[in-house]
Amino acid sequence: MITVEFLGPIGKSPIEIEAKTLSDVAVKLKEDPQMAVWLDKCAVALNDTMVKDLGTVLKEGDRISILPPVCGG
Amino acid sequence: MELYQGPLEVKEIFARWLDEEAASNYGAYIPFVGTIRAEDGIEALSFDIYEPILRSWFENWQERAKARGAIVKMAHSIGDVPVHTSSYVSAVFSPKRRVALELIEEFVEDFKANAPIWKYDIKEGKRIYAADRSTPMDGAGLLA
Repeated sequence: MITVEFLGPIGKSPIEIEAKTLSDVAVKLKEDPQMAVWLDKCAVALNDTMVKDLGTVLKEGDRISILPPVCGG
Repeated sequence: MELYQGPLEVKEIFARWLDEEAASNYGAYIPFVGTIRAEDGIEALSFDIYEPILRSWFENWQERAKARGAIVKMAHSIGDVPVHTSSYVSAVFSPKRRVALELIEEFVEDFKANAPIWKYDIKEGKRIYAADRSTPMDGAGLLA
């Protein structure tokens, strides 16, 4: 299992899913209508490191963070 | 990097940073202050921060500054910050002015685009995500 957490304004509790790659995570999240509106705007981190490759391989216990658009300052 | 609940004590922070580098032989010190403006009926802004990625973002900037002989510092608020107070300060110290002038612009602009901080307007006690002023981070849309 891996954990997916949703940061900032998304307002969704963390979920645990089975996924071998980030592509699997994308498939799972697209099934959720609440997330569908966010996905095209959100960046992704794996264990607190930003990732940009859908083929990234995941292992048991990994933590994915979904980061919506930012505005500091 | 410093994080505080509520508005920043700007004068204390800048004075302390000046003292910290008093003997470092930097010729230029450029501070930046972000102050909450009263507009659109807001009472305050409010901020969420994801600290682990903010720290790694900032550590990367310290490396980039170091490569140019400079250092960067920053402080940011968490939670509610009333209008006419400050939520963000940063500064660059460098041996000569040109590097500091360039770095403060690059650092503040990248901060706006890629620091994992979420802003909300506080209006009539309600906390409303500032969606239209927010920027997707580098790599956004990967899972779409």
